[in-house]
Amino acid sequence: MIKKEKEAVIFQRLAVITLGLAATVSILPFLIIITGSLSNNELVSRYGYSIWPREFTLQAYRVILKMPDSLLRAYRVTIVNTLAGSTAGLIFMSMAGFVLSRKDFKHRNIISFLIYFTTIFGGGLVPWYIMITNTLNLKDSLLAICLPMIMSPFMIFLMRTFIANNVPDSLVDSCRIDGAGEFTIYLRLVLPLIPSGLATIGLFLGLMYWNDWYLSSMFITTPAKFELQFYLYNMLSGFEAFKQMNSASVSESVSIPSETVKLAMAVIVTGPIVLLYPFVQKFFISGITIGAVKG
Amino acid sequence: MTGFLAWLSRKRFQQRYLTYYLMLLPTITFFIIFNYIPMSGIYYAFTRFSYTGGLFGSPFVGLDNFKYLFKSGILLRITRNTVLYNIAFIFFSHLLQIIFAIMISRITGRLFKRLTQSMLLFPYFVSFVILRVLVYNLFNYEIGLVNATLAELGASPYDFYNKASFWPFIIVFFYLWKNVGYGTVIYLAAITGIDTELYESASIDGAGAVKQIFYITVPLLKPTFVTLFLFSLGSILKGQFELFYQLIGSNGNLFTLTDIIDTYVFRSLTFDFDIGRSAAAGVYQSIFGFLLIMSVNGIIKRKAPEYALF
Repeated sequence: MIKKEKEAVIFQRLAVITLGLAATVSILPFLIIITGSLSNNELVSRYGYSIWPREFTLQAYRVILKMPDSLLRAYRVTIVNTLAGSTAGLIFMSMAGFVLSRKDFKHRNIISFLIYFTTIFGGGLVPWYIMITNTLNLKDSLLAICLPMIMSPFMIFLMRTFIANNVPDSLVDSCRIDGAGEFTIYLRLVLPLIPSGLATIGLFLGLMYWNDWYLSSMFITTPAKFELQFYLYNMLSGFEAFKQMNSASVSESVSIPSETVKLAMAVIVTGPIVLLYPFVQKFFISGITIGAVKG
Repeated sequence: MTGFLAWLSRKRFQQRYLTYYLMLLPTITFFIIFNYIPMSGIYYAFTRFSYTGGLFGSPFVGLDNFKYLFKSGILLRITRNTVLYNIAFIFFSHLLQIIFAIMISRITGRLFKRLTQSMLLFPYFVSFVILRVLVYNLFNYEIGLVNATLAELGASPYDFYNKASFWPFIIVFFYLWKNVGYGTVIYLAAITGIDTELYESASIDGAGAVKQIFYITVPLLKPTFVTLFLFSLGSILKGQFELFYQLIGSNGNLFTLTDIIDTYVFRSLTFDFDIGRSAAAGVYQSIFGFLLIMSVNGIIKRKAPEYALF
């Protein structure tokens, strides 16, 4: 008995230390970005970064706030895209999830399989790219950064599971006896019963849109239409290229984005996610848990 | 009368199906446009693509694109890297996820439990562009945190961006950093679902924490592991492109150890504009991933049919 208790105590301590370390490693990189963004740029270029800044300053943020136009524009593109894409995706996928969860719909298995099949086989990047640029002619259109992400098999099946778990068949049947059509049932009965499902999938979609840089890099050529993440990406690679070209003659006075400005930009880009995270994480946890159950 | 009722219910039935299909219309359209029509574009892999020619106007070159990829050694390199990275990703992420989930489930202290879970999941929300900023900030030659620290300790700096040898570790580390929290949540949910009576009776029989973990928790996590494992095989088909591309970019110095199928396809399409070769590598990736999933699923179906995907 004593041995058992001792074992439990040792295990507890070991677990607390390991988890504490892992949790620190998880957020430490972000803290490094924040402290880096508050460092003095001249000292950084002379001595390099340190975890704790040699001198705290808001100079990087001041530089950004001096010319906020393009940053604000990128913010606007991302916000509009995130809202539009998430809303439309949520409507489409909740309808699909509803239909695919109906047992009286005989084709639900074949359609589910056809949706699932796209995750195990595809034509590859090139035909998809040509479809969007040539066939749909969406090069440099805002639709090109919205439409390709509007749905995903994972989220459709997640929606189906949410509906199957929260909407009893007997309730649907009784509505039907009262003469309600399928769309009315979806709108009046199903949607009000799955608020947490809608929130979860809406947040998954929103996160995907917010963090997207890939579609911008593929399809957008006008800087005014860059998404926030791609705006940051572009700034970074532009600066790296600039530095390689002028490595001998870079002077402090040139108004190029300095090292700390990059980090400050990263903080500004991620800010909304950090602020929202404590409030939305429980939805993600429920979504991840439910999504892991195979459909 | 019965005839009328039958007619009515038939009509209602047809109406119901019409509504069902109308509600599925956006979904069906989406998958036809973005997935099923592009499948016909596999044909590009057998052509020397020209924009003016389009799908069937470009000259057909047979297996030339594939031959090039094979003979130049590119195919071998990107396949080897893709497979090895995925093995490392799957092995280490599941190992850590299971360990962390078991630890979280067993520690006392609600606040600490919830806090660690939240913190572990946090990196999943950070975009890959931010990860790029971070990694550059850490490993940059002149001002990176690692080299600055090395310099302070009197050691000579290491030129990470010109030598490939450290990148497999860096990439695997940041893969784990980003994905361990997600899987931990899943395993934790599976552990919470285990009947507590099992532990109680094991405890009465004299089993300590370690024995309970190895004889009860770990075996009961097997179904979760198999399901997640099958899901992760799909990532060979659509790999960790963002991770590799944001960390490595088009830095050719590092390609020997860091180029995967995804990054090669992307680069040949967007930098070299070699559509035929890019398409060929893409088709190779699709077929490779498809066969892998089918065969693993087939094996699982034979050994333990309840875990199979389909």
